[in-house]
Amino acid sequence: MADKVLMKGNEAIAEAAILAGCRHYFGYPITPQTEVAAYMAKRMPKIGGTFLQAESEIAAINMVYGVASAGYRVMTSSSSPGISLKGEGLSYLAGADLPALVVNVQRGGPGLGGIQPSQSDYFQATRGGGHGDYHMIVLAPASVQEMAELTVKGFELADKYRMTSMILADGTMGQMMEPVALDLDIKPAPEKPWATRGTGMKRPHNIINSLSLVPEELEQLNLERYERYHIVEENETRFEEYMMDDAEICIAAFGIAARVSKNAINAARKEGIKVGMIRPITLWPFPKAPFLKATEHVKTFISVELSMGQMIEDVRLATECRAPVLLCNRVGGMIPSPDQVLDSIRKASKNGGND
Amino acid sequence: MEYKRLTLLCGHYGSGKTNIAVNMALDLRRRCERVAVADLDIVNPYFRTKDSSDDFSHAGIRLICSEFANSNLDIPAMPQDLYAITDDKSLHVIIDVGGDDRGAYALGRIAPDVIKENDYEMLMVINGYRPLTPDAPSTVEVMREIEAACGIRFTGLINNSNLGADTTEQTVLDSVGYAKSVEKAAGIPLVMTAVKESLYPGLRDKIPDLFPLRLQKNIISENN
Repeated sequence: MADKVLMKGNEAIAEAAILAGCRHYFGYPITPQTEVAAYMAKRMPKIGGTFLQAESEIAAINMVYGVASAGYRVMTSSSSPGISLKGEGLSYLAGADLPALVVNVQRGGPGLGGIQPSQSDYFQATRGGGHGDYHMIVLAPASVQEMAELTVKGFELADKYRMTSMILADGTMGQMMEPVALDLDIKPAPEKPWATRGTGMKRPHNIINSLSLVPEELEQLNLERYERYHIVEENETRFEEYMMDDAEICIAAFGIAARVSKNAINAARKEGIKVGMIRPITLWPFPKAPFLKATEHVKTFISVELSMGQMIEDVRLATECRAPVLLCNRVGGMIPSPDQVLDSIRKASKNGGND
Repeated sequence: MEYKRLTLLCGHYGSGKTNIAVNMALDLRRRCERVAVADLDIVNPYFRTKDSSDDFSHAGIRLICSEFANSNLDIPAMPQDLYAITDDKSLHVIIDVGGDDRGAYALGRIAPDVIKENDYEMLMVINGYRPLTPDAPSTVEVMREIEAACGIRFTGLINNSNLGADTTEQTVLDSVGYAKSVEKAAGIPLVMTAVKESLYPGLRDKIPDLFPLRLQKNIISENN
């Protein structure tokens, strides 16, 4: 009938993962991401894949570790409290340099919190999530179409750099329905000579491990990993600019906050206020360069977030404190309205950054 | 559409059951005095008929709904006044059932009374633009799963094929063939085609039994 389908964000992630060649999904239900698991449960048996509802989030992430070790595309998904449970596994994946895709459809916290949308796992995602020195590639979709596209990109980058990619979405992104084109740009998985997929009696066996008891060697592993992270920062930073050419006020927002902010920017422009937006698509690596460049003409930055102000720290670091950075936020499952963002823009326009 | 005393709306999740239930109830209220909407969704804690509770109380429509719906308490709970659906024969009820077979299990509790009274339509809401129901075989598969879960056979279809904000007249016209093929494969009639009300004037003469839907507002404007 048409080249698009109507999907929930959670479904788009699941279908895109299947299209990207993922045939192994391990998860545990939690609102607001349960449709990812439900979709996988329906689809995987029909295409010869594995859907397994594990006994817990901890079990699921360790199953991911197993399949990733064997060199296959694998994923798990959860929401905030469940991601905390996976924290140890995320660190082990990083310590063993294994590629995997992890989805966090965030809900309000801390603790068990609520089931409404939130972005308050930004620190957890961009600073690693578990213990030790490491990063994940963190991708922040702002539409159902991007949920699909960044899922594919997440697998690709994970394989390329032997890292975990995390889709950091929120309850709104997971639940909202939008038309999606599924003709995605999919590159086949690369060869993985390090994988434990059988030696064929032709080579010594591979070992996948995150234990390293000799401090000199462990230091070396960390240094090499960070050289790789540096290449990721150089090559894989993604962002979108909106009306930034003449902007004197710059909104920093990702995900649903960016969608709301766009409405507010359009309204403010009609009032003659020169406002634009930088929308980070990768939260790690954070797009530092466009923010620093924006300080040449931007007088005030406003970080619009569904948190108490987490990304705002990265905006301040990126802009090197050359202009004030204000916060416009709602928390606990509430979403800033376009009018609230518009008010912040008006205030910044009037006061020039003096809150 | 002629309403029976009970109208049961089932379908794949995300097919648009709740929006149709809300609009049907308002339509029905114009014809009868005592109208209720029953929200039996035990699957999805979001997008509930309770979102329209203000509209219902304004129109004098009774809402039969779990007191935990929309409370963020994410547990599958049935309404405490569930049996009003089958016991109070003076009520006309639109019953909004949860998605897929999992949602339809909730109907099992009242199914024997519904069948015994035999004054109902059970309608399957279909959207050919949803990824898991793109054609007649996949749609009928979901249908049969729902019937097996709740113990009631479908009596008709509602074509609600749409692409959200991207829906045009052509989107709806293109779905007519899909709806007809489901009608044939399922062996039950298509009783109406639902469209957002802005498309109603342009399609009224092209599609029979067209039903206009007033949709709930989004926080972000369309095409942004």
